[in-house]
Amino acid sequence: MMKIKTPKKGRVKRELDKRAPKLVETGKKTLILQGTKTSGTLNSVLSEIYHLKKGGAVRFTRKNDNIRPFESGGETSLEFFSLKTDCSIFVYGSHSKKRPNNLVIGRMYDHHVYDLVEVGVENFKSIESFTYDKKIAPRVGSKPFIAFVGEGFENVDELKHLKEVLLDLLQGKVVENINLAGLDRAYVCTAISSNKVYLTHCALRLKKSGTVVPRMELVEVGPSMDLVVRRHRLPNEGLRKEAMKTAKDQPKKKVKNVSSDAIQGTIGKIYIPDQKVGEMALPNKAKGVKRERREAKNKDANEHASKKQKEESE
Amino acid sequence: MFTRGYQVSSSGLLIVCLIYLQTEDVDGPLVKLPPPTTKLPREKHLPKPKPPTKWEEFAKKKGIKKRKKDKVVWDEQTGTWKRRFGYDHVNDDKDIPIIEAKMTDEPGEDPFAKRQDDKKKRVEKQEKNRFQNLKQAAKLGALPSHVQLAATALPITGTQVPPKKVTKDELGNVAGMAATSTASGGKFDRKLPGEKPAKKQGKHRKFLPVVEGSGIGSREKEQTENVLNKLISKHSHEILNVDKAVTMYNVKKEKKARIERIKKGGHHQPQTS
Repeated sequence: MMKIKTPKKGRVKRELDKRAPKLVETGKKTLILQGTKTSGTLNSVLSEIYHLKKGGAVRFTRKNDNIRPFESGGETSLEFFSLKTDCSIFVYGSHSKKRPNNLVIGRMYDHHVYDLVEVGVENFKSIESFTYDKKIAPRVGSKPFIAFVGEGFENVDELKHLKEVLLDLLQGKVVENINLAGLDRAYVCTAISSNKVYLTHCALRLKKSGTVVPRMELVEVGPSMDLVVRRHRLPNEGLRKEAMKTAKDQPKKKVKNVSSDAIQGTIGKIYIPDQKVGEMALPNKAKGVKRERREAKNKDANEHASKKQKEESE
Repeated sequence: MFTRGYQVSSSGLLIVCLIYLQTEDVDGPLVKLPPPTTKLPREKHLPKPKPPTKWEEFAKKKGIKKRKKDKVVWDEQTGTWKRRFGYDHVNDDKDIPIIEAKMTDEPGEDPFAKRQDDKKKRVEKQEKNRFQNLKQAAKLGALPSHVQLAATALPITGTQVPPKKVTKDELGNVAGMAATSTASGGKFDRKLPGEKPAKKQGKHRKFLPVVEGSGIGSREKEQTENVLNKLISKHSHEILNVDKAVTMYNVKKEKKARIERIKKGGHHQPQTS
């Protein structure tokens, strides 16, 4: 026996609809949490990432000793939290002797772990250590410029993966239009070596210049750190293909006998079946055909007459 | 730092591109962004389209189009404008004062009750149809996000006994009960972390230690002595329980004395505590 359960309050229904899968997705929420041991630098790193992503992040402050992202059994807690908070990216900080100041940035697909990148934080400079004019401070939730400098981001596998993950993390909300007046922050990631990236956050100021293009000023604000890629786990192919599917991919129905050419445009092929000339009907009614019809009619009339006579006689 | 130069130039390039894309608007210089080049993975699966319901399929086949309906409708019975559905709605059963009898009606039937029953049946049928549609959608994985199909208790054929709710203690004992059916009585079964050892059911017996001193130990001697005495009645004079006999006699005597007192005294009886 089954029964239908629907929420009794409109508010609950609206929340559930917000969490439902959508055709076109707007940004992902981030879950920031820590493991059994953290250091001072790691605590400030986590809290500053939370501040940068204020609108779409959830911060857990308790220690979680049963989370081990790279082990097969240690992800259940993460998946549970992701399901409950509706977060698809997580940042897990932990500190140990073997891996000091460790950050594991991971993404989820359908609330199951999709991919992971483990980075170590070195040379961390917090927001407080930078002095700048408070007027140019970037506002909360503004869309950032993200620049990846260095050829390592094209060649090295780990850096390519890190680039994708950082893009997802720092993106914020996915929008179609932006107001140029609201652009005030930029994240710059430079690849220093094949496994080290220097990430910094700058405030952007556009100044009036003579031409249409304004003059730009970048002032370092916000945290800056060296990220050393330690481990990473790419998603398996099937899962990756499924996650990369977009709504526009679907209507790709093959139309037969149509091809397009650069010179002639769209070309279509038409197949005509064999014409059976002997069996075709002639357009002008020939006299011979008419006479046959008349004779057939007369024959029918005779038959009817004979039938009637038979009935009468009966 | 050399990186600074890189930073400025790369973001500068981007800004140039954006400037040339902009359109002036009331809010400021708006830019319609071009579609992204780097593809990022989705966070949730693509939603599956809802399958058409039985009615929708029928309507498509017949060519029935939806019509816009008014919120208020003229009610003939009361002569006012009433809601189409909900509180105080059109064609309410309550508003009908008289139902004329037809030739086809049976004599003993209550037409008002019949109308109510018919409505109930229609509502049940609609619920059933809605449920079937949702089940079909759930089978294809396209259930609406706010709807859940929950399994209720299995129907019990026969009596209308409601399913008993299992208490926390009973649930804890279930594993232990099942374990006793194993060959070694569940003693060597691997236990989950946090599972408490099974409670011993049945009578608690105390067995004497196997080895105790030399020869027959004192406890065992006591035990056998008690048994033998009971059987042979060595102290046969102890068969009579003197204390019990005395109390029985005393109680009988007191009762007798009380009855005598009541017979003599009548109204005035001393209250015995």
